[in-house]
Amino acid sequence: MLRDALGLGLAVGLYGAAFGAAADAAGLNTWQAMTMSLLMFTGASQFALVGVLGAGGSALAAVGSALLLGTRNTVYGVRLVPLLRPRGVLRWVATAHWVIDETTALAIAAPDRKLSRLAFLVGGASIFLMWNLTTVIGALGAAALSGAALAALDAVVPAAFLALLWPRLRKGFPEAAIQRRVAVGGAVVALALTPFVPAGVQVIAAVVAVVLAGRPRTREATA
Amino acid sequence: MSGTALWATVVAGSLGCYLLKLAGLSVPAAWVEQPWVARVVDFVPAALLAALVAVQALSSGNDLVVDGRLVGLAVAALALAFRAPFIVVLVLAGAAGALVHLVAG
Repeated sequence: MLRDALGLGLAVGLYGAAFGAAADAAGLNTWQAMTMSLLMFTGASQFALVGVLGAGGSALAAVGSALLLGTRNTVYGVRLVPLLRPRGVLRWVATAHWVIDETTALAIAAPDRKLSRLAFLVGGASIFLMWNLTTVIGALGAAALSGAALAALDAVVPAAFLALLWPRLRKGFPEAAIQRRVAVGGAVVALALTPFVPAGVQVIAAVVAVVLAGRPRTREATA
Repeated sequence: MSGTALWATVVAGSLGCYLLKLAGLSVPAAWVEQPWVARVVDFVPAALLAALVAVQALSSGNDLVVDGRLVGLAVAALALAFRAPFIVVLVLAGAAGALVHLVAG
């Protein structure tokens, strides 16, 4: 369990630094990057927001992408309520901030409810600290770059997004074949729309198109 | 985008994402546990992340551009296929991007 926690901490730290760097590349200052890690505290949404801004997208498209990815946490919350049973307004409000991919995985993997709560709280706290610390490091580090190092950062940002996406496409992920088709569809629609719509809008349009295309299959699955 | 607009984007996005988390702890489970909601939530990340990868690597405003970023992305994909750790993927992609910049530019 300790080795898992260390591994998770290292991974979170690397992604935090990558986020700080991506935020800087998108034109956010260090305070704005820090504010996002403190208040938004959900990695994929943070990457999406700075990704759309970095592509020259509008505020609306950026926030929209972040919210689309944020819906995952709503589903996690529903799964966590029976495990955590947060009592009182203060705990309810505080628990919500911790609901992300990693803490949900930790809480669900724990063998009983008591350990589940502990894993959620302690895991959440250490991820929060690590994420915020490395965001600052990444943002300050990227702000100091110029020339070829800046070109390197430009290439690192899409690579970081690809690394976020990759596990979903790999054999063993639930319905990996459909995930792959969805991913290819999303990329193709986004590129096809790029010359014709305001920057950033093509990303949201791609998601909407893919979801609509998947609708008949969804109906069959539910029938 | 002005500093104020950036701040507004950061704060609005943060608040919205927090409210989505809070909603999960607040709404009846039956609302969220419908099959179509689960399908959408399962597949939105793949579509959105892939769209972002494509746009980040190949676009500049409304133009499609091929430069060091695409080379970096190809190197990253190769590294990921060989199960390289995250940091190695980023370093290789960055090195490829910087190399293209030095050679081409």
